[in-house]
Amino acid sequence: MSESAMTSNPPVAAEVRAARSHLARRMLKNPTGLAAIIVLALIILLAILADVLAPMDPSVANINDVLAPPSALHPLGGDSAGRDVLSRLLFATRFSIAGALWAVLIAAVIGVTSGLIAGYYQKWFETVSVWIISVIQALPGIVVLLAARAVVGPSLWLIMAVFGLILSPAFYRLTYTAVVGVRNELFVDAARVAGVGDVSIIGRHILSVVRAPIIIQAALLAGIGIAVQAGLDFLGLGDAKLVTWGQMLSDAFSRMYQAPTLLIWPSLAMALTSVALVLFGNALRDELERAAGKPKRRRRGVAAVAPKVATEKPVTHAEAQGDARSTLLEVKDLVVGYDQPDGSLKQVVNGVSLMVRKGEVHGLIGESGSGKTQTAWSILRLLPAGGRIVAGSVVFDGKDLAGLSERDMVKLRGRRISYIPQEPMSNLDPSFTIGSQLVEPMVVTLGISKAEAKQRALDLLGRVGLPDPQKTFSSYPHEVSGGQAQRVLIAGAVSCEADLIIADEPTTALDVTVQAEILELLRDLQNDLGVSILIVTHNFGVVADLCDRVSVMQNGLIVETGPARAIFADPQHPYTKALFEAILEDGAARGPLAHSADRNTVTVRSTVTEKSAR
Amino acid sequence: MLRFILRRLLAGVILLLVVSSVAYLLLYLGAGDIGRQILGVTATQEAVDAKNTALGLDQPLIPRFLGWLGAAFTGNFGTSWFTSQPVVAAITSRLAVTLSLVIGTTIITAVVGTALGVWAARKRGAADRLVQIVSVLGFAIPGFLIAIFLVNVFALNLKLFKPTGFVQLSVSFPGWLSTVTLPIIALSIGAIASIAAQVRGSVIDTMRQDWVRTLRSRGLSENRVLYRHVLRNAGGPALAVLAVQFVGLLGGAIIVEQIFAIPGLGPIATNSTAQGDIPLVMGLVVVTAAIVVVVNIVIEILHGFLNPKARIS
Repeated sequence: MSESAMTSNPPVAAEVRAARSHLARRMLKNPTGLAAIIVLALIILLAILADVLAPMDPSVANINDVLAPPSALHPLGGDSAGRDVLSRLLFATRFSIAGALWAVLIAAVIGVTSGLIAGYYQKWFETVSVWIISVIQALPGIVVLLAARAVVGPSLWLIMAVFGLILSPAFYRLTYTAVVGVRNELFVDAARVAGVGDVSIIGRHILSVVRAPIIIQAALLAGIGIAVQAGLDFLGLGDAKLVTWGQMLSDAFSRMYQAPTLLIWPSLAMALTSVALVLFGNALRDELERAAGKPKRRRRGVAAVAPKVATEKPVTHAEAQGDARSTLLEVKDLVVGYDQPDGSLKQVVNGVSLMVRKGEVHGLIGESGSGKTQTAWSILRLLPAGGRIVAGSVVFDGKDLAGLSERDMVKLRGRRISYIPQEPMSNLDPSFTIGSQLVEPMVVTLGISKAEAKQRALDLLGRVGLPDPQKTFSSYPHEVSGGQAQRVLIAGAVSCEADLIIADEPTTALDVTVQAEILELLRDLQNDLGVSILIVTHNFGVVADLCDRVSVMQNGLIVETGPARAIFADPQHPYTKALFEAILEDGAARGPLAHSADRNTVTVRSTVTEKSAR
Repeated sequence: MLRFILRRLLAGVILLLVVSSVAYLLLYLGAGDIGRQILGVTATQEAVDAKNTALGLDQPLIPRFLGWLGAAFTGNFGTSWFTSQPVVAAITSRLAVTLSLVIGTTIITAVVGTALGVWAARKRGAADRLVQIVSVLGFAIPGFLIAIFLVNVFALNLKLFKPTGFVQLSVSFPGWLSTVTLPIIALSIGAIASIAAQVRGSVIDTMRQDWVRTLRSRGLSENRVLYRHVLRNAGGPALAVLAVQFVGLLGGAIIVEQIFAIPGLGPIATNSTAQGDIPLVMGLVVVTAAIVVVVNIVIEILHGFLNPKARIS
């Protein structure tokens, strides 16, 4: 939570101030937040006004009122010594809350100060802090407090001060991470260059960032402080001269058989306060996260204004003559959308139709955000949470996948349709060896033995060009390079003899030299196995290398489709033409006849496209 | 692996040394006239002086500390000032009780917390909200308050359990179970809340990972990916929380034992603190710190087992 707050835009002081007032206002609009604030305000008010509101002196005992039932004189009855329960409850609220706040204050002062120093200056101060924290945390807090109690005696304030010390690492860590995150930001450098003093930088730029997280932490720790303080008093280790919720609980517990209702009031007060504190912290955190922008919501995709299937037809080129291969996959009027929290639907694919024949390589090309990856995922029925096929059909080998049960879909994946992802390093489970990730699907989908699957996996690893299959087999994903990982993923995609491979930008994340090797491997495998491939790419070079047919995609729609040759020869749609221009200039750059001046501009452009491809 | 354990043990011993030094020095520097405290205000000054001499308190602090340290290394933590029982004997007879309670609670916490967390992460919607509400309540309401509530409802009113007492695990398992059920529930609710929240969060995060989609594209069912792959990856952060919870439970047990009159470390911790029985307090400090060190090593080994990047060759 703190991180998302920190990594948001560099906070200019005024902006921060505005954001903060927004935060306060939004807390009041948040129903949970408002309820928690009201409850906490009431409790604090009762604590402050205890001497005004309390009908009697909380420590005056009257022998006639021992365990007295509620009456006009004692609205909540009398306790084991004949003291007025209501008065005691009010004063207990005062001391319990004050004790917890005192501990939190100490913790915040120690933790924030040391966190600021350690984060800002680092070096030895940081090392020392880490050591002190590990010593503090080597013991359960209660044990430290018991030991402290043996030293300082039953003083509420001294013991809660020690507890504040125990809690301080929470604030330390929070501040430290925030400071380290911010101290190297440009605006802090700029402030430093502009001659702003360290103290001023800390105050203006850093404290403003950590303020809200500190309040959240304080609310949660105050709840813990109340619990621990009550626990100590309950054990009879507290200051007998002060009345606290723990004291009341302890007294009521000893008379549980005679007057069980005595337990209710201090329990209720404690539970109410603690829950209010936690809810307050949670609500503030929610609002803070919302203020920092929705974290990682569906990023891809263009918001479609028109919610219905688009009707304009793509430019379609005539099919090459004599291609009699039968259809394997036919996508018709596919619409993909994501359900939004407000109940609306965000459409990312607006009526895509495309067709892949047996043994054919079909390229789906378009810029990022055009919906091509979404199309690929919906064919596999592996859209991220919230995403679904809204309309249209995905007919694979005679079956409409859009209406298939998840159970039947599982049988199809791997065995009939498989997948090569874009980013090799993030597509292998980091906790399992590469070998086991190849073997497991084969055992599950093909029903072969582990030993047989292992042999096949080793063969495949050799087949995809890994020099030492045995070594790769027993490696973990973090032990291989990106190019090797992509070969492993290709091996996985062909391991169960699928008829259709969906390859989602299989070369984009790789170095240029490795890209060529991977494309060559794909071409070889396709030739050998006769498998159909639907390859998603933004690069016409890849299309020229591999594809029989191409569909050009823009804004969730196919704008032009046909045999690769025909489109290369005569691109019609302006978007296709624009895509071509980039690659043609690229080609010219390699050509011997280009002017040196051209070459310069071209080099610049190609590095730009390369970068944007990442 | 062995070298790793040895290295961590060495670090643990250093930590124990630091903790016990700090505790020893603070306890003795903070204590007043110990002989007077033990014998009471009515004792003569001669008797108090004799007591102090008998306890070796007339010696300077540092040599006394070194003597204590040397004896501690041979397993001798001295004798209690009030019961004259050897500290080691007083602690070991009760340690097993507390540990059986805390370890039982940890196991329940891990199982129930993980199940709830996975359930909330998978079903979302109503299940998710329910688990979140339970998490808030469990986190907010102190364990001993829950314990008092449980005693009231299940032992006093419904008479399903005995309100107090304890049967050793070695004597009778059903007997042990019937006496620790309520304490374990009281202790575990808060810990379960933390584990469930952690597991829920990390399962949701892990399910968003790219490799989950890729594994499913290979023909593995969602449940298989969840239980075999996602849980293992989500386990690391949950283990870290479990370690923190264990330490917290050790402290929580002290209070809960008091409520259920369980003869664990709790009662002697409370008494020795109230009386200022420093040898016993020191023994408790060292023992709990040692348990924390061992638990952290065990958790780190488990973490390495789950996560190959954290594995140490």
